[in-house]
Amino acid sequence: MLKVQNLSISFVTRIGVNKAVDNVSFSVEPGKITAIIGESGSGKSVACCSLLGLIPSPPGIIENGRALFDGIDLLKLSEAQLQKIRGSDIAMVFQDPMTCLNPYMTIGDQLTESLRYHQKARRKEARQRAVELLQEVGIREPASTIDDYPHQFSGGMRQRVMIAMALINEPKLLIADEPTTALDVTIQSQILQLLADIQKQRNIGILFISHDLAVIADIADQIIVMQEGKVVETGTRSDIFHNPQHLYTRKLLAAIPTDCKQATLPKSEPLIEIRDLCTWFQRDKAPLKAVDGVSFDIYRGEVLGLVGESGSGKSTIGRSILRLVNVTRGQVIFDGLNITALGPRELKKLRSRMQFIFQDPFASLNPRMTVYETLAEPLLLHGIEDRSTVSTSVLRLMDNVGLARSFARKYPHEFSGGQRQRIAIGRALATRPEFVVADEPVSALDVTIQAQILTLMQELGREYGLTMLFISHDLAVVRQLADRIVVLQAGKVVEQASSVNLFSQPQTTYTRQLLQSIPGRGLLKSKIAHD
Amino acid sequence: MWRFIGFRMLQAIPVLLVVITVTFFLIRLAPGGPFDSEKAVIPEVQAALEAQYRLNLTLFQQYASYLGDLSHGNLGPSFKYPGRSVNELIAAGFPVTAELAFYALLVALVIGGIAGVVASLKPNSVQDYIPMSVAMIGICMPSLLLGPILILIFGIYLDWLPVSGWNDSPGDKILPAVTLGSAYAAYIARLSRAGMLEVMSQDYIRTARAKGLPEWQVISRHALRGGMIPVIAFLGPAFAGLLSGSFVVETIFQIPGLGRFYVQAAFNRDYTMILGSTIFLATLIVFFNLLSDIVAAWMNPRLRDKLRAP
Repeated sequence: MLKVQNLSISFVTRIGVNKAVDNVSFSVEPGKITAIIGESGSGKSVACCSLLGLIPSPPGIIENGRALFDGIDLLKLSEAQLQKIRGSDIAMVFQDPMTCLNPYMTIGDQLTESLRYHQKARRKEARQRAVELLQEVGIREPASTIDDYPHQFSGGMRQRVMIAMALINEPKLLIADEPTTALDVTIQSQILQLLADIQKQRNIGILFISHDLAVIADIADQIIVMQEGKVVETGTRSDIFHNPQHLYTRKLLAAIPTDCKQATLPKSEPLIEIRDLCTWFQRDKAPLKAVDGVSFDIYRGEVLGLVGESGSGKSTIGRSILRLVNVTRGQVIFDGLNITALGPRELKKLRSRMQFIFQDPFASLNPRMTVYETLAEPLLLHGIEDRSTVSTSVLRLMDNVGLARSFARKYPHEFSGGQRQRIAIGRALATRPEFVVADEPVSALDVTIQAQILTLMQELGREYGLTMLFISHDLAVVRQLADRIVVLQAGKVVEQASSVNLFSQPQTTYTRQLLQSIPGRGLLKSKIAHD
Repeated sequence: MWRFIGFRMLQAIPVLLVVITVTFFLIRLAPGGPFDSEKAVIPEVQAALEAQYRLNLTLFQQYASYLGDLSHGNLGPSFKYPGRSVNELIAAGFPVTAELAFYALLVALVIGGIAGVVASLKPNSVQDYIPMSVAMIGICMPSLLLGPILILIFGIYLDWLPVSGWNDSPGDKILPAVTLGSAYAAYIARLSRAGMLEVMSQDYIRTARAKGLPEWQVISRHALRGGMIPVIAFLGPAFAGLLSGSFVVETIFQIPGLGRFYVQAAFNRDYTMILGSTIFLATLIVFFNLLSDIVAAWMNPRLRDKLRAP
C-alpha cells in the first residue's frame, strides 16, 4: 500500500548539513502493523512526517526518493494535493496527547472539523459520527463529553480522542508516532490493545513509530530498525525478536529490562520509618488526598521500589519524606529523628544526608549554570568543601557518573537527555547522602540510555552504600533495581513484597493488572525461559 | 468569579486612595493658586473667593472635606468655570473622549492585528520585516509629530479629509483616530506577532495540519484563539491609556474632549478639576484592567472553570 524507496532527507542549518534520513526504504501493507524502531534522533519520525509534508521546510529538504501510496508518489504532490490526502487517506496520531489537542476548542469541534472539511458533512451528521467513534475508542458517555475541552480528560482519554480524530475520515493508513510513550504502563497497554483492535476491525495499515521494542512486541507484524538515519534491519516480528542479525538490534533487545534483582541483603534495621503518612492538598471543596494513611519501612542499604499509576501519590510520598511538601498527618522517622516535626534549621542539616533525583533532566537543571557550578553548589552550600578543594571533588564526581572531565564548563543544553540525568545524579550524590529519592529517573529517556542509567545507579548505589526510594510507573524497570516493592493505588498501599515474590505471586488483583500491562510480556517470559 | 471580581475591587480601593492623596498634595506644591492673576484683586474679594472654595482652611482640613465630598460621588465645584461642577464638566467632555478612544482602539486592533498576524506567518522574511519596521516607527513617533504630518498630507496637500473639529463635517473623526491609534496599533502588531509565533510552534497546530485542513483554517480556527490572548489582555490597559492620553490629539485637532479640560485645568491650577479628572481616569484604568483580565481568562477554557467556581 505504501512503498518508500531510497528516501533521503537533510536539515540544512547554519552549522552544517545534517542527514536525518539516509537512503531509507520500507513498505507498509494493508491490514498489517509495521513498526519503525529507533532511538531519538534516528530519523524515524522525520521519515514518516515527510510523507505528509509535515516537516518544517526550510531547514528540512527531501533530497531523494519516492513514497508510493496506492501508486501515487506523495513526495511529488503539490501542497494542495497533499492536503486532500492528509487526514483523509492517511491520518496521524502523535506522541503527547497533552499538547497535541487544541486547548481552546471542544473535542467535538476538533473531531468534526476534518470530516466537515474533507467530506463536506453536515454539522449534525458529523456530530453523530463523532459520538459513534468516541464510543468505539472507549470514551464514556460520548454524547455529553463531546462538548468538553481537552483539559477535562486524562492523558489516556485524550489519546483515545486523538485516535478517534485520526479515524474519522476512514483512513487507509494510520501513522502513529510514539502514541503511548507519554502514558502510564496500564494506559499504554489499553491504547496498544485499542490500536490492534482497530487495525483488525477496519483492516487498515498502521505505521507504528517507537523507541521501545518491548512496546510493539505484542502487536507488530513487520519491524524496521533504524539507527542514525539508516535502516539497519527489517524483518517479521519473530525474526527480530528471536533471530536478530544486526548488532544494534541486539543492543536494543538487551536494553529491555528483563532480569529481576535477587534479594541479597540480610535484614538490617530500618533507616526510614513511615507511619500513617497523610499528605492532602487543599482544593475548593474536599481536600485532594494524594497520600492517605501510608505506612512502610525503608531498610538501610536497600532499594525500595514505589510503583503506581500517575495520580497514585507515589511522587508525593517521595516529596513528603524529604519535606518538600507539607505533611498533613503522620510521621516520617529518619534515623531516629522525626522529620515531620523538625524546624527549618534542623531540616537544613538533614538535607545533605537525603537527596532527590527528578524525572525530567531538562527541567531540573539550571540552564544558566555550568556542570561544574551545578556540582560544586551543594558541596559549598553544605560546607563539605571550600573554594580551594572543591574542584578535585567535582572532577571525581564527574568520573563517578561517567562524564568526561572536559565537559565541566558546558551548560545543560549542550548535553543529551542521558548525560543530563548523569549530571542530576552527580548533583544528588555530591554531598554523599545516605538516602536518595529517585522519582522516575529514566522515564524520559530512550531504552538504551535507560539501561545505562539504571546500571550506573546500581553501581553507584553499591559504591556509596545508598538507601534508595525508586519511584516509577514501570514495573519492568523497578524490578531490575529494587529489593522490595511497594504498590500504591489512589494514595494507599495495596501490596508490599520482595521483588521476586511480587512478580511470582502477586497477591492483589491490582498488582496482577499492573503486571499484565508490562509491554512484551510474552517476550520476557520466553527470554527468561531461554536464559 | 464574583469572589474574584470582588477581591479585585477591594484591591482597587487602596490604589485609588494613594492616587487621590498624592495628586491632592502634589498640585498644592505647584507654585501659584487658582485665583492668582496679573491684576491685583481687592483683598476682601480674594478672601471671599478663598472662603467660598474652602481655601482658607488648613491643608488637612481641605483634604478631609474633599474626601468627605468624594465619598458621596461629589467631585466639587470647578475653580475656573464658575457655577459648573467638575462632575458636569467630566460628563460633557468624557463622551467625546470615549468615542475618540473607541475609534482609535478599533484602528489599532484592525491594523495592528492584521500586521502582526501577517508578519508571524513568515518570520524573518520581507513579509515580517516590513510590517514590524513600520510598527517600530509607529511606536517611536509621538502623536505630536504624526498628527501634523497626517494633517499636511491628507488635509492640505491631498485635501481628502477635514483637519479639525468633531461632528462638524463628515470624516473629521478619521485623522484623530488614526493619529491616536497608531502607537497602539504598533504595539498590538508586536504582541500579536509574538503570540502567533508562540502558538504556531505548538503541537496542536501540527495536528491541525495533519488533519488536512487548509492553512487559512489552521490559522483562523486553531492559531488565532490562543495567539490573540495577549492582545486581549492588553486591550484594557490600552483603552485606559487612550482615554487618559488623548489630550495631545484633542489639542491638535480641536476636539472638545476631557483631555483638553484636563490639560487646561493643570495650567489654571483648577484643583478640583485636576483631582476629579485624575480620580475618574484612575478608576477607569483599574476597571478596564480588571475587565480585560476577566475576558482573557474567559477565553482560556482551563481558566474559565476556575472563574466559574464560586
